[in-house]
Amino acid sequence: MSFALKFPVPRVDQIGVEERAAKFTKRSIKNEAKTQGLKMAVAMMDLTTLEGADSKGKVIHLCRKARQPMLAKYDCPPCAAVCVYPNQVAHAVKELEGSGIPVASVATGFPSGQYPLKLRLADVKDAVNSGAAEIDMVISRGTFLEGGLAEVFDEIAAVKKACGKAHLKVIFETGELQTYDNVRLVSQLAIEAGADFIKTSTGKVSPAATLPVTLVMVETVRDHYLATGKKIGVKPAGGIRTAKQALQYLVMVKETVGNDWLTPDLFRFGASSLLGDVELQLAKLVDGNYQSADYFSNG
Amino acid sequence: MSKNVAELKFEGGWEYAPAPETTPVPLKSKYELFINGKFVAPKNGKHFRSVNPATGRQLTRIAKAEQADVNAAVRSARRAYEKVWGPMSGAERGKYLFRIARIIQEKARELAILESMDGGKPIKESRDVDLPLVAAHFFYYAGWADKLDYAFPGKSPQPVGVAGQVIPWNFPLLMAAWKIAPALACGNTVVLKPAETTSVTAMHLAEIFEEAQLPPGVVNIVTGAGEIGAAVVEHPDVGKVAFTGSTGVGKSIAAAVAGTEKKLTLELGGKAANIVFEDAPIEQAVEGVINGIFFNQGHVCCAGSRLLLQESIHDEFVSRLERRIETLRVGDPLDKNTDIGAINSKEQLGRINQLIGAGLNEGAELHASSCELPGEGFWCRPSFFTGVSASHRIAREEIFGPVLSVMTFRTPAEAVARANDTCYGLSAGIWTDKGSRIFKMADQLRAGVIWGNTFNKFDPTSPFGGYKESGFGREGGVQGLLPYVRL
Repeated sequence: MSFALKFPVPRVDQIGVEERAAKFTKRSIKNEAKTQGLKMAVAMMDLTTLEGADSKGKVIHLCRKARQPMLAKYDCPPCAAVCVYPNQVAHAVKELEGSGIPVASVATGFPSGQYPLKLRLADVKDAVNSGAAEIDMVISRGTFLEGGLAEVFDEIAAVKKACGKAHLKVIFETGELQTYDNVRLVSQLAIEAGADFIKTSTGKVSPAATLPVTLVMVETVRDHYLATGKKIGVKPAGGIRTAKQALQYLVMVKETVGNDWLTPDLFRFGASSLLGDVELQLAKLVDGNYQSADYFSNG
Repeated sequence: MSKNVAELKFEGGWEYAPAPETTPVPLKSKYELFINGKFVAPKNGKHFRSVNPATGRQLTRIAKAEQADVNAAVRSARRAYEKVWGPMSGAERGKYLFRIARIIQEKARELAILESMDGGKPIKESRDVDLPLVAAHFFYYAGWADKLDYAFPGKSPQPVGVAGQVIPWNFPLLMAAWKIAPALACGNTVVLKPAETTSVTAMHLAEIFEEAQLPPGVVNIVTGAGEIGAAVVEHPDVGKVAFTGSTGVGKSIAAAVAGTEKKLTLELGGKAANIVFEDAPIEQAVEGVINGIFFNQGHVCCAGSRLLLQESIHDEFVSRLERRIETLRVGDPLDKNTDIGAINSKEQLGRINQLIGAGLNEGAELHASSCELPGEGFWCRPSFFTGVSASHRIAREEIFGPVLSVMTFRTPAEAVARANDTCYGLSAGIWTDKGSRIFKMADQLRAGVIWGNTFNKFDPTSPFGGYKESGFGREGGVQGLLPYVRL
């Protein structure tokens, strides 16, 4: 490999990392810990809609859901951000005015990234100009897989520059990179190239986020923090559908990188359907019994 | 290696609420002997206290057998061997073993809880490791019962007779399964002596034998202290002795059996080396080292109790270990979130503390978790020593607790020499990204079980046993049948 990173990229053993990740799923999160964890999950959620059919009305609906996910009696916090396509950013920004909830936009030719760099950079600038405070870019997986690490590094750095003040989340599409060694490498590369957040997936490829993949990313972030003091965020996205899964991610974050990362500033869930199950569970903790999904507003 | 400029914060913040296991268990106030298919009081009528190590208080009372009870147990085993179990077809014996395995699975949760109450191990381990392996062992050897001719082609394997089996306190049910399942599969009958501090689950296993309608006398269980184990071993009608426990007791058993026709297998102590190279998947190696030494509070004969680090990664690895032990949760064995439970007994805690003292006296540096320990019961912080020299007691003696000794090496040859520099030879671990190195070193390490990029993995199909003072004979796998047959 001719491209040298500043910090080491240790090897990852597949069986070992999957075994470690499975151990986090054995934690039993009950009572107050569960309530607190579920509220944290909502507060870390990038409520997302990324469909061809997205319209102004759909986006406004989603923004309102993000501001107040549940009936007031459940004391549920607002979501961390709303994540939409660039064309919908302006609608979301307007709707969320005064709420303090930032709008995140996917960009750089999401989800494939198979467009010329200048178009991808224009995509970013357009989203930022429309008011996006966070940019979720995709890397060129083809380039990465053919060994073009320098190119991927440069493209992330260029996008970071195009972001201006907007926070940059770098999506790896780990389902396409496949190996944990690749995930560890691309994580370190993205961090050194200027990512504020590293993110697993677009949600358009299966598998999307998994616990072991996210663990490798969190470990990278931890080692970088220990070496430099700089805190990078992590965002698993796609495939996290149940409250139980969300708690398992939080357990993993807590026990791997410590409490400092249990904040929306450093950990996010990218999810469209997760909120529904979290609501169900939160209501159960308050009311003492499960209710039909009919009792919850949909996103 | 770059120095850390920041530290992680693990305390406070989002705390897990207590998650105690609440399934009710059929714990009795008193346990009797199991002889000839019946639960009978010992002839002297005496019982001894069994203590819950997590509280230090009495859990129940266990029958204190004496020589006459052992005689009755061996007599009943002999009769069952001659009249029922020996002549029975392998397929029929297999049916009983399969039935036992299934009942164990059905009762797995209550057995796991009892195991944790009696022995102090975290419920997470008794539930996810011990009990599944117990059932798997019975299933595995059930399958061999009618296929012994294929295990020993061209031979006609015959049972040995009565097997006298003495087991330790670290994996009470699992060791019972390791001993009983192959013995019964081969047509032998059994007199089992559980460890003094952990007899409860063996007696519940006896109830399972009863429920499975295992013919009376096929398995007999006598409880008591070391002298009852000796009485079982020395009984003239016992044809096969199997012992798992300390090397000291193993030696005296070997001496007692010498000059008799008894077959003997010994599974004794260990001081396993976990060898980590600089190209190892470091994060997984840390986990493997943690699992290697802290699994079951380090009460594991094959525990990776000596960590051999390549010099170039020593400092980094040590700082990773320091951070990792801070996230181990020590406490109530019945809490589902507990990683490290109670030390099995006051005596064992005393031995561990004595060796920790020796490590400090000889100049090694102790790194212990800062966790709080419960006020009552027997506890030890997960810890490790750096600056250990090969001649230190903590590098040579088995601590059998959650205490790791860290040393360094420079080359593969030096790693092998250091790993083999012990009177034991039960297991070893090698961590490297280089597969060929694992195979090459495995040939050179004098240990019965070698793990590559993992540690403490068990499976009934895999033979287990030691070199040198870690004992002889193999348990598990087709090899595990051999001690229980005459060819």
